[in-house]
Amino acid sequence: MGRLIVCTLAASLALPFAAGRAAAKDTLTLGMVLEPPGLDPTAGAAAAIREVTYANIYEGLVRIDAQGKVRPALAASWTISPDGLAYTFHLHSGVRFHDGAPFDCSVVKFSYERALSPDSTNAQKGLFEPIAAVACPDATTAVVTLKRPTASFLFDMGWGDAVMLSPASIASDRTNPVGTGPFRFVRWVKGDRVELERFSGYWGQAPKLARVTFRFISDPSAAAAAVMAGDLDAFPNFPAPEVLDRLKADPRFSVVVGTTEGKTILALNNARKPFDDVRVRRALAMAIDRQGLIEGAMSGYGTPIGAHYVPTDPGYIDLVSKYPYNPEAAKKLLAEAGVKPGTTIEIKLPPPVYARRGGELIAAYLEQVGLKADLVPVEWAQWLEGPFRNGDYAATIISHTEPRDLDIFAREKYYFNYKSEAYRSLFAQYQAATDPTKQTELVGALQRQLADDEPVVFLFALAKVGVWNAKLRGMWINSPIPANDVTGVSWAE
Amino acid sequence: MARLLLTRFAALVATLLAASLVVFVVLDVLPGDPALLILGTGARPDTLAALRHQMGLDLPAWWRYLLWIGGILHGDWGVSATYGVPVGDLIAARALVSLPLAVLAIVLSTLLAIPMGVAAAARRGRALDVSLMSAAQIGVAVPNFWLGLLLILLFSVQLAWLPAGGFAGWDKGIGAALGSLLLPALALALPQAAILARVTRSAVLETLGQDYVRTALAKGLTGMAALWRHAVPNALIPVVTIIGMQFSFLLAGTVIIENVFTLPGLGRLIFQAIAQRDLVVVQDLVVLLAGSVIVVNFAVDLAYLWLDPRLTRGEG
Amino acid sequence: MRRISPSLGLGLLITIFLVGVALVSLAWTPYPPTRIDILHRLAGPSAAHWLGTDPFGRDVASMLMAGAHSTLAVALIAVAVGVGLGVPLGLSAASSGGWVDQLVMRIADLAFAFPALLTAVMITALAGPGAVNAMLAIGIFNIPVFARVARGAALAAREQDYVVAARAVGRSEAEVMLYHVLPNISAVLLVQMTIQFALAIVADAGLAYVGLGVQPPQPSWGRMLNDAQTYIFRAPLLAVFPGLAITLAVLGFNLLGDGLRDHFDPRMKER
Repeated sequence: MGRLIVCTLAASLALPFAAGRAAAKDTLTLGMVLEPPGLDPTAGAAAAIREVTYANIYEGLVRIDAQGKVRPALAASWTISPDGLAYTFHLHSGVRFHDGAPFDCSVVKFSYERALSPDSTNAQKGLFEPIAAVACPDATTAVVTLKRPTASFLFDMGWGDAVMLSPASIASDRTNPVGTGPFRFVRWVKGDRVELERFSGYWGQAPKLARVTFRFISDPSAAAAAVMAGDLDAFPNFPAPEVLDRLKADPRFSVVVGTTEGKTILALNNARKPFDDVRVRRALAMAIDRQGLIEGAMSGYGTPIGAHYVPTDPGYIDLVSKYPYNPEAAKKLLAEAGVKPGTTIEIKLPPPVYARRGGELIAAYLEQVGLKADLVPVEWAQWLEGPFRNGDYAATIISHTEPRDLDIFAREKYYFNYKSEAYRSLFAQYQAATDPTKQTELVGALQRQLADDEPVVFLFALAKVGVWNAKLRGMWINSPIPANDVTGVSWAE
Repeated sequence: MARLLLTRFAALVATLLAASLVVFVVLDVLPGDPALLILGTGARPDTLAALRHQMGLDLPAWWRYLLWIGGILHGDWGVSATYGVPVGDLIAARALVSLPLAVLAIVLSTLLAIPMGVAAAARRGRALDVSLMSAAQIGVAVPNFWLGLLLILLFSVQLAWLPAGGFAGWDKGIGAALGSLLLPALALALPQAAILARVTRSAVLETLGQDYVRTALAKGLTGMAALWRHAVPNALIPVVTIIGMQFSFLLAGTVIIENVFTLPGLGRLIFQAIAQRDLVVVQDLVVLLAGSVIVVNFAVDLAYLWLDPRLTRGEG
Repeated sequence: MRRISPSLGLGLLITIFLVGVALVSLAWTPYPPTRIDILHRLAGPSAAHWLGTDPFGRDVASMLMAGAHSTLAVALIAVAVGVGLGVPLGLSAASSGGWVDQLVMRIADLAFAFPALLTAVMITALAGPGAVNAMLAIGIFNIPVFARVARGAALAAREQDYVVAARAVGRSEAEVMLYHVLPNISAVLLVQMTIQFALAIVADAGLAYVGLGVQPPQPSWGRMLNDAQTYIFRAPLLAVFPGLAITLAVLGFNLLGDGLRDHFDPRMKER
């Protein structure tokens, strides 16, 4: 007995040293370009909020994984009624928020009803709009009934906007986020970083990492320098691939190119001449060399698209070659539509690089088919208020980062002013469809309809160029939704 | 004298109020809805209205102005719409970068400029003077943000001694923090040093021509001794005045240099706040910066009054 | 005519050279400055491209030439705004005295309270980036400068004998200002103009550097610097040439200003 005690004592004394030597690194420092405005994804649209909090701090009933698939999260499983109207979620039991509050069906009811309430400021209130009621037969069962079948409902509830917040914390979640996730918030040094640590009371599998720091570095050369110096372990969404050459050559780092949901388009105001004419829109699509655009504006990183859908989305069909680069054909089509050479097109350019640099290139392409481009740089605030809200624009370059948002072309009022009954009816059929094969078929039809009408010129999907330490495992390669999910990340060895 | 001070002080307060009003009005008529910016492309009329109400944007403009000014008078600078934290905390944190940067730049500039100016004056017309003043002439012409780029090129890209940008943070130790401020401070300091060296040189030359220096020389003091004992101390008054003015210039002038080196200081905060329509932050920062300039000017005025009482009788 | 001093001569030489380049760029540049050539991007200096090409494959030398034009245009208009509004304000303040004088000078004080560059940044950020707004933003800051200088010089000139004499023979205050005071203070104003011109060039470059000045595709030195920073590891020379151009321009106008001041006021020389 005495010996045993001595042994365990020795073992426990030895343990810290042994652990110190053998244990793999369990901290991670991640770089991000933009600092999030607050840390509550139910109170703001910025992608940066999700890139810190999604899956790490907050969880929803379901979640989207690295491949863009819907996976169980706080709901262990669910059943859908045959008419597609009732979703019964079976919740994990014994789940607690970081502040100790229990998670059960009442929180689900609270969260969804809060998002739907008249004073809701949820940036994606539209996602919840199909919900008719939330009922709680018992603490671990939530029944959500819909007003109409909605094919995208489960995926929508996997967005960052549909995560569960501790009801007591909603007033302070912007600065002190409280969720159910495997990491909890430690501190936020404004203008510099956010720190998280492993939450010991997590209901699921504990993450390998003990501490995670998100650092905000907007300047590409500073970001590259920070990675080189080892100050950052990873920069999952590197802003400027042109400075990556040295990192690529260095075996200490992995440079991984994936895709995002960022569908970059030359948006055209279909209510304005000459863009009300489909021939003009098609001509513009043929006037722009997408590959050259990607080469020049994005250093070659990006995937051409032919409709408002990216290759990693389910049911994607390749329509890129629908309008091949052909300035002569474009010129002919423009002439046919009565657009005189020398016509000036005003293009509004929001701040991101794809728009500012892309705009300069597109101006050069348009010049080759006899059109003049008037480039007008605008701030985000002005873009949102001018082109987006008031439809005050002729053309603009923009990337739509919301995943699988085919719905925007079906909307009654949207800044493209694309009004196609054919598309709307297809979209309604798609949402009502409950059979997966039928859904896939309709998704294809929607893409074809878009490519046919070319309401906007579909350019390319933004790449996700990630740089990280070669020993890091489990980083997301693609970005099916805005997130830096580090719950599955670990260090090799 | 007291009355003059009082009117000057009243003018100071009036100027600050006018400045605050100008900023407020400009920001208010500006296109760009802060609520829309937060909600982004998923915004709907109902969520926008709810958020505008929550942010107090649906109140009349004059009422919002009074609330803002009233808050400041009570020491409440408002809450940042972007971060949801008190603006005072935000500014204090950023000032921990900008203020030390400006101080470091002033110190560097003074340390460089005064010996240069005095040496040039002492060797007036000789090769040293000509070369120093030519260098100063060029130094004045170099824009500080380009100098910053050149320093990055040399010390970060070629030599890899110092970081190309970013701020290590004070919690990483004073050495690391100063290390990340060194290049930007140098970039700010060199052009200022060039100006200051020219001022120092002419101020010293002026005092060298004064009677008491001539007397000292006549009494058998060596040229060097006369220079350091009489000319330099008397030349310091205009030099110190210029340094004072440069400090407020630098504090505002860090705007661009902070962009070159991506330092999280006041300058970047103001850019970011404008882009994100974080109105209260912009308003507070402008009032603070304008206020600091006004106060420095006020202090300079006072110094003049104190130095030269004749001005009190003049056109005030 | 006094002899032309070395600094005045050098200043004249540089400024004439720049103006010449700017004018030539209107008619001829080695390549069209906005022509994009992705295949030959980021090329080093060569016989074909004297100063190399930028990330879009545009010819740097051509862009610098066109940039001279846009920089000088912005500075010219900005100074003109300052002179055009500031001088009349300063003169009327000097001639009226009393509350008008007080009002003008207090407004000038208010304008000085806003740090110049920061104000320009604010104005262009708020009004939208672009050449016209940059001109106005820099110009607005020039107004109080010229108002003060004109007022001070005019107050001094008014006490001169010939002005007093003109007033004695019944000339109106406006006539006195226009025909007697203004010509007398023109040298002071000219010197101030060159100084402000140099400052305006720096301000223009600074605004363009932070993306608020002249907009693409029109080339500008400041924006070239900003573009170059992204590629600083790959094409460091890109960050050198535009800065040299800015420095040369500022140096030229500073020298011109110093030279003119010495020229008009020899007492100040060698101080």
